[in-house]
Amino acid sequence: MKHLYELATEKVTVISGPYGSGKTNIAVNLALDIRKQGEICRIADLDTVNPYFRSADNEKMLSEQGVQTLVPMFANTNVDIPALPPNYRLLFTGEGKSVADVGGDGDGAAVLGFSHDDYIEAGYKMYFVYNRYRYITSEPEGALEVLEEIKRASGLEFHGIINNSNLGLETTEKTVKDAINHAERLAELTNLPLLLTTAPDWVDLENTIKITDITKKLF
Amino acid sequence: MAEKLLMKGNEAIAEAAIRAGCKLFFGYPITPQTELAEYMAKQMPKRGGLSLQAESEIAAINMVLGAASTGARVITSSSSPGISLKSEGISYIIGSDLPCVIVNVQRGGPGLGGIQPAQSDYNQATKALGHGDGHAIVLAPNSVQEIATLVGEAFDLADIYRMPCMILADGALGQMMEPVDFEAKPAREIPEKDWACCGHGGKRVHNIVNSLYIEPEELERIVLERFERYNKLEENEVKYEEYLTEDADIIIVAYGITSRIAKTAVRNARKKGIKAGLFRPITLYPFPTKELKALADKTDCFLSVEMNMGQMVNDIKIAIDCKKPVYHYGRTGGMIPSPEEILAKIEEISGGNA
Repeated sequence: MKHLYELATEKVTVISGPYGSGKTNIAVNLALDIRKQGEICRIADLDTVNPYFRSADNEKMLSEQGVQTLVPMFANTNVDIPALPPNYRLLFTGEGKSVADVGGDGDGAAVLGFSHDDYIEAGYKMYFVYNRYRYITSEPEGALEVLEEIKRASGLEFHGIINNSNLGLETTEKTVKDAINHAERLAELTNLPLLLTTAPDWVDLENTIKITDITKKLF
Repeated sequence: MAEKLLMKGNEAIAEAAIRAGCKLFFGYPITPQTELAEYMAKQMPKRGGLSLQAESEIAAINMVLGAASTGARVITSSSSPGISLKSEGISYIIGSDLPCVIVNVQRGGPGLGGIQPAQSDYNQATKALGHGDGHAIVLAPNSVQEIATLVGEAFDLADIYRMPCMILADGALGQMMEPVDFEAKPAREIPEKDWACCGHGGKRVHNIVNSLYIEPEELERIVLERFERYNKLEENEVKYEEYLTEDADIIIVAYGITSRIAKTAVRNARKKGIKAGLFRPITLYPFPTKELKALADKTDCFLSVEMNMGQMVNDIKIAIDCKKPVYHYGRTGGMIPSPEEILAKIEEISGGNA
């Protein structure tokens, strides 16, 4: 794969995976890339787990770029309840393409399970975001456990792996290169295609797809 | 150096505790520290430990009291309102001379307040974590990497001085992800826990762990002894970091996540020709009093930057004997100051002085 938008072959693209694998970053970059192709696109923040650092942080920027945002009413407020965006059903019924940014692990994937018929009816692809540098899910075996957990909770199938191995701001060419073997092993272990490897925009490396770090900067 | 991995602050606290030989976690979920409890629940059983979700914060802290009585390394964690609930138990732990680690991933208050990051429990942590004449050590890491070393240090200090040690974090530090390397922390000598109630088969006189004293004379003696230990702690265990303070006209004093934001503001101030510096207390109790005092003759003024209404200002004033003005800039209620806001305050103060 050469471009992120190639992931969006169906109505709904679900970005799922372990906590902190970089789902939000991938989902936001993907939505922007789909929009750049001139397609109508929306992104839904379905994270019912994390209180902060989520898709909703990018609402203003996404709107400016013409990406519709489906954000829970209480995201980034003090209302500490797992809530879905009120216009959540636009994921399936809205024009163009939809990207779903889901919370981590099986707990986060429960949000998929409760409307799993809608995903099947609308047509979906679900991808597993893998970060070889995340503690616990660093080894393919650990990641596989979470993958199975998400499958159970969502009742949906995965269609491929996105290798998003990074060390945040400390990511270098070596960081990206050293993780490829692991991602390939995860692909083998899960019988899923390794669709692409990402690199942050400051790393120049062949056969990677550049993504912009959209994490909210505090300092 | 070991390989770096990406972790949330909350996860790093839990992992560092397990690596420090902590086998017991008692807690109750509360945003924004819940990842810590979740990590413990998943990892402790796999690593020979126990993680228990108690029926309340009060139950959890009293389980800590019981476990600490046996000499085991034990930890509990919560966020602001939960720490208030624990405060009676913490006082009992102080009064029983027991070591343990208590984590506060602060959120906005008072009351239920909110779930966004804050530092408004500074006074509670450093002055009145529980009733009575007593202290808990308070450590304020400012990065996920520093969490990895300071949590182990917290257990060591607690054991050496036989008192609770608090890791005072905040929601931003708990939730953010950074690369971390759990390199071996320098080993410290831990005194034998000959006071522990851990079973001895009738081979010695039994130990008693208690915070109730029948005679006031005895209670006074115990408190005085305890304060001798506090003196030693204040003498030997102060930790702090200085950045560009040597020639600074204005020194920002900030701890935890705010010190990272302030550091950017200091760099930007320097670019504009303002000689700003940063003093970061790492131990909030014991407070780096002497070290700040030494700076009072070199600089024109101090600026306390905190996510509260100025709770550290008086500690700075006392440290420097009110020799120089101490200003404050803060956001509260879960709001995080930006480097630009802090720079504007620096400019306002240095403009006024010039």
